[in-house]
Amino acid sequence: MKPQTDRTGNKMGMWLFLYTEIILFGGLFVLYAVYFDRYTEDFIAGAKELDRVFGVVNTIILLVSSFFVAASITAVRKAHDRIALAGLWGALACGAVFLVNKYIEWGHKIEHGIYPGSEKLLDSAGGQNLFFGLYYVITGLHGIHIIIGMTLLGVSLVLVHRQKITAQKDALLENCGLYWHLVDLVWIFIFPLFYLVV
Amino acid sequence: MEHQSCIFEYRTLGLVLAALLIMTAVTVGASYIDLGWVNIWIALMIASIKAGLVLVVFMHLKFEGRAVILSFLSTVFFLAVMIGFIFWDVGFR
Repeated sequence: MKPQTDRTGNKMGMWLFLYTEIILFGGLFVLYAVYFDRYTEDFIAGAKELDRVFGVVNTIILLVSSFFVAASITAVRKAHDRIALAGLWGALACGAVFLVNKYIEWGHKIEHGIYPGSEKLLDSAGGQNLFFGLYYVITGLHGIHIIIGMTLLGVSLVLVHRQKITAQKDALLENCGLYWHLVDLVWIFIFPLFYLVV
Repeated sequence: MEHQSCIFEYRTLGLVLAALLIMTAVTVGASYIDLGWVNIWIALMIASIKAGLVLVVFMHLKFEGRAVILSFLSTVFFLAVMIGFIFWDVGFR
C-alpha cells in the first residue's frame, strides 16, 4: 500500500495556526485603533516623523516576494524546478532587503532619540510615546515573522533542490508559502496605519 | 486528489502582482488628498481589497474546500466582534 498524505489535513493545520496569528496582530491593531481614537493629533504627528519612502519600498518588496513564492509553488506543480528555485531565491533576497531597510529605518529613529523609554518620548505628549511604542512592537514582531518566514523558505529551497519537494509532495512548500503570505498580509495593514496617516 | 488543475498560471500571478502594486500607488496618492477622517477608511478599504487578492490568489483560498473557507470567515468574524465590542466599550465609557 502506498502511504497516503492528507492534503486537507496538512493545510487545515497550517490555517489553524494562521488564525492565531491573525488574532495576535489583530489584537495589536485594535490597541492601535483605540489609542488613535484617543490621541489622534499625536498619532498623526508621529506618523509624519516616519519616512514614507521606507514604507513604500518595503511594501513593494513584500508584494514582489509574495509573487515569487506563489510562482515557485506553481513552478513546483509544473515540475519547473529551476523557476521554483529562482522564485525562492528571489523571495529570500526580498526578505533580506526588507530587513536591511528596517535596520536603517530603526537606526535613524534611535539616533534621533526615538526609542521605547527614550527621554525625548517620555517628555513629549503621551500619544507620541504610545505611537512609537506600538510602532516598535508591531514592526518588531513583524520583523521576527520575516526572519522565521525566511528560515522556512530557506528550508523549502534546500528541499526543492534535493527533490524532496516535488509536484506530488509539495505540502511543506505550500505551508511555508502560506506563512510568508500572512507576513505580507500583516504588512498590507501596517503600511497605511503607520506611514499614511495624515 | 486532482490538485494538478488547481494552480494559477504565472500570468495570473503576475497580473495580481500588478494590481497589488497599482493599489499601493493609489493608496499612497490618496493619502496626499486631505479628506479628514475619510482618509483612514479609504486606506483601510484599499488594504482590505489587497488582502483579499493575496488570500484568494496567492494563498489559494479559491481552491480550498469548505472547512478552510468557513473557518477563515469565522476568524474574520471573531476579529470583527473583538474590534466591535472593544469600540463599543471604549465609546460609551
